[in-house]
Amino acid sequence: MDSSVCTAKLNFAAATAATPTTEEEVREMNKRITTALAGGLASLAITIAPAKADDELTLCWAAWDPANALVELSKDFTAETGIGMKFEFVPWTNFADRFLNELNSGGKLCDLLIGDSQWIGGSAENGHYVKLNDFFDAEGISMDDFLPATVYAYSTWPKGSPNYWALPAMGDALGWVYRKDWFGRPELQAEFKEKHGRDLAPPKTWTELREVAEFFQEREIDGKKVYGAAIYTERGSEGITMGVTAAMYAWGFQYENPEQPYDMQGYVNSPVAAEALGFYKGMYECCAPPGHSDAYMVANLDAYKSGQVAMQMNWFAFFPGIAKDPEVGGEKSGFFVNPSQNVEASTLGGQGISVVSYSDKQDEALQYIKWFAKPDVQKKWWSLGGYSCHNAVLGDPGFADTAPFAADFLKAMSGVKDFWQEPAYASLMQSMQKRVHDYVVADKGTAQEALDKMIEDWTETFEDEGKL
Amino acid sequence: MNPGPDRTVRAGASAPARPLARRVRGLSDRAVVWLFVTPTILVLLAINIFPLLWTIWLSFTNYRANRPNAEVEWVGLRNYERILNKEDIWEYLQATAHFLSWTMILQVIIGFGLALLINRQFRGHSFWTTVILLPMMLSPAVVGVFWTYLFQPQTGIFSYIVNVFVDVGPLDMIGSVDLAPWAIVMVDTWMWAPYVMLICLAGLRSIPDYVYEAAEVDGASAWRRFWSITVPMVLPFLMLAVLFRAIENFKMFDMVVELTSGGPGSTTELASINLKREAFEKWRTGYSSAFAVILFVTVFGAANVYVKAMNAVKRR
Repeated sequence: MDSSVCTAKLNFAAATAATPTTEEEVREMNKRITTALAGGLASLAITIAPAKADDELTLCWAAWDPANALVELSKDFTAETGIGMKFEFVPWTNFADRFLNELNSGGKLCDLLIGDSQWIGGSAENGHYVKLNDFFDAEGISMDDFLPATVYAYSTWPKGSPNYWALPAMGDALGWVYRKDWFGRPELQAEFKEKHGRDLAPPKTWTELREVAEFFQEREIDGKKVYGAAIYTERGSEGITMGVTAAMYAWGFQYENPEQPYDMQGYVNSPVAAEALGFYKGMYECCAPPGHSDAYMVANLDAYKSGQVAMQMNWFAFFPGIAKDPEVGGEKSGFFVNPSQNVEASTLGGQGISVVSYSDKQDEALQYIKWFAKPDVQKKWWSLGGYSCHNAVLGDPGFADTAPFAADFLKAMSGVKDFWQEPAYASLMQSMQKRVHDYVVADKGTAQEALDKMIEDWTETFEDEGKL
Repeated sequence: MNPGPDRTVRAGASAPARPLARRVRGLSDRAVVWLFVTPTILVLLAINIFPLLWTIWLSFTNYRANRPNAEVEWVGLRNYERILNKEDIWEYLQATAHFLSWTMILQVIIGFGLALLINRQFRGHSFWTTVILLPMMLSPAVVGVFWTYLFQPQTGIFSYIVNVFVDVGPLDMIGSVDLAPWAIVMVDTWMWAPYVMLICLAGLRSIPDYVYEAAEVDGASAWRRFWSITVPMVLPFLMLAVLFRAIENFKMFDMVVELTSGGPGSTTELASINLKREAFEKWRTGYSSAFAVILFVTVFGAANVYVKAMNAVKRR
């Protein structure tokens, strides 16, 4: 039995043992009972408070393949420092809800947090993350050792300023996977060439992507009906926004006037943005499998692994798992970077690792970051399936040959673009989710109307923020 | 007088309790009432009245719960103006009204029908009652999740069964704008019609047999007995069931979120789902408090009118 519970029971037993006979004794008894109860409650409070060993750090992240690699990697940290590691991994669909609530309530659950890139503005301004500049200076950690795009996206706030709130931890971008074995079939090659006058190969543009997807749509392969492409359409968190922006960035979409921040008219709702959005809707209507109306990472993986689709969009983070998959791995799958249309660009994923300012173990957490920034640890991180952002890994001449998707990853990371990283990012994201889902999946209005309404929503958000 | 051994023992045992008892006896009846009622009132004030008043106050501010240190500004009626002038809000309320009215209609018809069937004694009566009651014993979130699998257009059994009767190909119940509002109505009816049945059954069993016997003696037909005895006597029970279900469905959240996430687009985004998004995803606490107040006033007003109507029916 827990010792504090024992103490409470003993206190209470001692307090109630004697039978009072006079008024003074009654008063005395009351006093003793009150003291015993207070003592008991205090002991109980200590008992039910979350037990956290002194020499143990809790790292919070999403529950996905790279998280397993990080558990493996962190064993070296424990061996080196004697500090134990505990992990709190939450599925992507609840990831933002769970950890933003934790940060907003000043919770002490996480000592280290690998939070989404869009959270950095809010977490910096609301004091959730520890600013790391002094620590980096003291420990000789240079941001020049990391890929500039990842430092910009995962570490800095205000954007591009030398104010660091995270160490780039997991580089990621949106890419594509295709059934290399289906693409390689001579009869399909011949049919495609006859129809489109070029080889059936990984598409270079979104127009080509659609042609390939249409080619496979409802085609019978090995006696099974297959579909063109699994794309993101999820409504609840960020799914459809991540998918749609993959097309919009390739068309040259801009969030605001580069000369005048928050001036969105003519940028967010520009003709190219409307064209890209319309194109994405066309992709959904022509080439997604039936019932693919609320799909994000896992749904796309399932559709692909079950042999239902010829192509899927997904984060590079999943590609090591696909390459090793017994059903679709090895030579059966190939990878390609997000196709361009007017420009080469990919939707940014990935995260930086931050120290939570409410943690009682900031020193140990900083020790972890110092260890994680070491080049040899970063090399092992990549080898285990994590995506390092360190130049010692990415700048290695042999890097492109280390995995079938490594070269595409490098290419994607050189042209990444992210969603707003403003403190009000959640409002901005929810507005875009609604407007885009209403148009693409629910077939409501036109692309132009969807973008115009999005500007109205975003303007209201920025007005509330005092930025307009 | 010799008190005798028994009285001595009793007096000795009650001696230490006497001062306390005297103290309680010294209190007036009103004081004793307050002594017992005060803790309950304090708890109610703390967990019901205070949050309600605080929500009303927040609805006039720009407060955001994720920025506790930010300055809170009094914005007057701005939040209410925004809500009432927003086209989207009316769409959410329309979706809620569609869901509410159809679930009530179907649950009353099916629940009452099942109660009439179950009220008859037949073989396997207890078994079938248990089977019918099973859905309402499940968690709404679990129901939402497993119906997404049943509704899956390619592998789900629902599409398969429909295609046995009508060849419509893969039926996308939750991805189609036309079908999704009916999908949530269907699942809620499947889950909660047994609850209405249970309450109607209590009503049916409360009707004394002699009423039917007297009507039969008077030569009333089965249809006449149903309209003139069964329906009026079960009506108060039915109205009670509708009140409970309507209040529950007005704040429906978990089952629909698991089933459709409010989609496609905002087709099934009920008022409570939007409220949660505004309050805990966008963190617009002041704005969402105003929306919560509007919803509260609506439910409270409608429930009061309904309860008055129910009492009138009971008095008849």
